[in-house]
Order: sequence, then structure tokens, then C-alpha cells
Amino acid sequence: MSTPLVEAVETIAAPDTPARPRRGWRSPSFVLGAAMLLAVLALALVSLVWSPYGLDHTDPAARLADPSARHWAGTDRLGRDQFTQLMLGARTAVGIGLASVAVAFIIGVPLGLLAATAGRFLENTVVGVIDIVIAFPTLLLAMLLVTVYGASTAVAISAIGIGVSAEVARLTRISASRVFTQDYVLAARTCGTGPLMILVRHVLANIWHTLLVQATLAFGVAVIAEASLSYLGLGTPPPAPSWGRMLQEAQSTVSVAPWNVLLPGLAVAVTVVGVNLLGDGLREVLDPQLRQERQAAHR
Amino acid sequence: MTILETTGLTITLDGQALVRDVSFGLAARDRVGLIGESGSGKSLTALALLGLLPPGMRTSGRILIDGEDLLGAPDRQWRRVRGRTVSIVFQEPLTALDPLMPVGRQIAGPLRLHQGLNRSDAERRAIDWCGRVHLPDPARLARALPHELSGGQRQRVALAMALACRPRLLIADEPTTALDVTVQAQILTLLDELIEETGVGLLFISHDLPVVAGLARRLLVMRTGRLVESGPVDDVLRRPHSGYARQLVASAARVTRLARPSVRREDR
Repeated sequence: MSTPLVEAVETIAAPDTPARPRRGWRSPSFVLGAAMLLAVLALALVSLVWSPYGLDHTDPAARLADPSARHWAGTDRLGRDQFTQLMLGARTAVGIGLASVAVAFIIGVPLGLLAATAGRFLENTVVGVIDIVIAFPTLLLAMLLVTVYGASTAVAISAIGIGVSAEVARLTRISASRVFTQDYVLAARTCGTGPLMILVRHVLANIWHTLLVQATLAFGVAVIAEASLSYLGLGTPPPAPSWGRMLQEAQSTVSVAPWNVLLPGLAVAVTVVGVNLLGDGLREVLDPQLRQERQAAHR
Repeated sequence: MTILETTGLTITLDGQALVRDVSFGLAARDRVGLIGESGSGKSLTALALLGLLPPGMRTSGRILIDGEDLLGAPDRQWRRVRGRTVSIVFQEPLTALDPLMPVGRQIAGPLRLHQGLNRSDAERRAIDWCGRVHLPDPARLARALPHELSGGQRQRVALAMALACRPRLLIADEPTTALDVTVQAQILTLLDELIEETGVGLLFISHDLPVVAGLARRLLVMRTGRLVESGPVDDVLRRPHSGYARQLVASAARVTRLARPSVRREDR
């Protein structure tokens, strides 16, 4: 008991500046994904202030034209400028995508946390509901809702949001339950921390990385769902432009003007692939476990 | 003055008693060691004293803290006691700290909660505490994340967190078991120092008799959920009357005898 304090024996593991990983942000998937998404985002943002032509502008003299200096992406069978349509379609896709993800998180996160904190009966009930919604194809659910409530932007957003929220709720529940069993939650409780504080300070703080990555993936799902709904005529009603409807309108003229199908298809693909790459990159950057391993390896 | 008193504490899970009829009291400046083998119910008893048993476990008996019977009290009432009157330090300092929160903020948490300090005051006090538990360069270490600290340093942080609100009773649940022997000695010295300095009562839980005997003045011996012996350390060590305590003392003596020759060799 009379051992003198020997501080030197304990190694000071903390480096002078707590090493923040930089490599993660430069990972190829993150950079490529971010670039692809930024391009789409730029199209959408620029369309707010400028587009080559007006939405309703038709050029009857140049119907089904190939891409040229006047019409960068050609025109469709009514002579509408396809680049304008693509830009405005990007706005729709990004807008509905973001709104759906917001809806999904507003429903999913509280539901998941509720399931993680509630007693066994409530948890089982919520899990059951989540499983049913997950088992039900999102697109089918959306079609059902559209049939009942009519095609409108709000219905499309809610339908996609509800469909995606199940996955969000499941992930939230699983991650939060894992945190709740950790000793540091018990330690926080021994200090008298209340349940709400624990939820915010410890649980949410430890799972938001996972949720953010899930949000990027959910955005991709929402963009595909929106395009699919519009393709079926169940998404945002005309005249609001949408990549899905561009595809649908162009399919009858695909042999004459393949550009009209290729470009909106490419736009959807770039957005979804970009968002997935970004999600992968983000996971690498944010995941605390991977981050710690990287730091340990660095040392 | 008695801070905590438990009488007839019994913990059952699915009708099976895990802890049976445990009674003892702890007063200010008391130093009590609770010793027993793994699974004897030591840690469960400790959790029960803070009202933090895992769901599904039932308790009966009485737990008086400052004369108030808290057994079966709502969580809200327990929260006023936890960290303020009774604190606990756990065995594993790595998992007991939030991996994503700077340790300074973790020490500041209970201060803001119980003493209503604002963030900057609480964090300044947290840095003070980092110094009091002899962490090198407190201002910098307070900003470090738990994985950037060594095991001993983490346990120092856990101690600071437990003592920050000046509780009158500290439960130490095998606080040194997960540490290297050299670090273990340092933490025990620190604990001794902090107890003297703050006058906090101690309930030290361990399965390591020599460690407990060095720190405690009174011993409680637990086996298969029951208290089989209690008394001043010297009495229990010299004249153990329960069979289990005799075994415990004898085997501890044997280990010490085995260890001693090597210590002598190093001394020469």
C-alpha cells in the first residue's frame, strides 16, 4: 500500500495532437461518389435559376433531334429540350429523395429507439410491424397508397418514406440495443443520468454514424423508387418533370432516338451508384471501430 | 453516521435466489471489503445498492440510504442518490467509458447533472479532477478519447467521474482486476489517497484477499449468495470461524508464501 506513485510506468498513449484520420476522406469510393452526387446536385441547383429552355418550350422544327449545340441532349418527339428536362428532373429526384429520407428518419428513428427502450411486449410488436413493412415491397406499398390517395408529390414522398422507414427503424433498434447493453451506459446510470440524457448523450452519439450511412443508401433507394413510380405514371404528376417519366415517354421512340432513353437512365444510375459509393466511403470515414483500428495501425 | 444500510437483501431470478438475506451497514469514512469468489453475488449486491439490477431480477429486504428506504423506489428517486450519495467504479475501465466522448466531458457530466454547473465550469472542474487523480497534463488528457488512454489512466478517469460530485460512499467493484500488477498498485495507492482526502466511505469488492486486506478495515465474506462472515480485518484473517473464510485465508497465505522467495531474490 506504500508503493510510490510511478507515473512514468503508465505510457501516455495520447499523441500531441489526437490523430484525426485524413486518409478516409481521400478513399477512392468517397471521392468518386461525392463527385457523381455533386454533379447531380449541381444540375438540380442550377435549374433553379437557369435552364437552356423553359419547361414548356417546344421546338416543333427539331423533333427527336440528336444532341447538338442548340439542344445539348437532343429533343423528344414533341421537340422539348432534353437537357432542360434532365436538369429539372434532377431537381425532382433530389427533392423527393431528400424529403423521403427525412420522412423515413422522422418515423424510423423514434420507432427504433422506442423498440430498443420499451419492454418486451412493445418491442415485439414494433419489430413485428417493421418486419411486415420490410417484407412488403416498397414500390408495391407506394402503388397501393397512390391508388388510394391519388398521384401527387406528397403521396409519393410519404409512400417512399414509409417504405424506407422500416429499414431505418430496424437499424436504429439494433444499434441502439447494442449501445444500451454497454457498460458505459450502466456507468452513466450510476452517476444518476436520466434516460433521456442517456439517449441523447450516449446512444444517439454512438449510432448517428451508422444512421448517416443508412441515410445515403436510403436516398438511393428513394431516387429509384421515385423514378419507378413516375415511369408507371404514379409519381409526381405532369407537368413536373421526372427522369422516370422521361424514360416512359421515350420508350416508344427508342429505335429512332436512343439518347432520350439513355440519358435519363444514366442520370438515375449515376445518382444511385454515386450515393452508394459515398455511403461506403462515409462508413469508412465515420465508423468508430474502423477509425480506431486505423489509428492503431497508424501508430 | 450510517449512510447506507441494507437488511435482509435477497435477489431472485426466476424464483432462484442469487443473493440471500444480506445485511450490513456502511458509515462515513468506513472502509469495508466485500470478498468472495466469482458468482458469489458480490457484484449483484453492489448493483442492487444502486437500484441498477438487470430487468427480471426481483429484490426484497430493505436498502436504506440516508434513512430512506429506496428498494422498489421509482428510478427518479434513485437518480438523485446515484453519483451524489453513492458512486461506483467498475472492473473494466475501457468499456465503462463512452468510446466517442472526450473523457473530460464524461467527468463533467455528473457535475452538470447534480451541481447544476454550466458546461465551461463543469469542464474546468473536470480538468481539476484529472489533476487530482494524477493524470499527466490534465488539460490535454481531458480532451482525449478513452482509447487514447492506457488502462490505468482510464481507471483514473472512472475514479474521477465517480468522485466528482463528492459522494459519501464509493463502491469499487474489482477496480483493479483488469489491470497489470504495477498499475494495480498505483490505482490502489490513489484510491487510498482519495479516500483520505475526501472522507468518502468505501465498499471495496474483490476476490483478491491481499488487495482487500490492504485497503479495508472491516471484511465481509460472501459465498453462494450469503454473507458467511464479517468483522474487523485482523479478526477475520487471524481467527476466521467459517470454513470458507479459513480456506480463503489459507490459500491466500499459500500464494503469498509461493510468491515471496522471488520477491526476496529481486531485493538482493
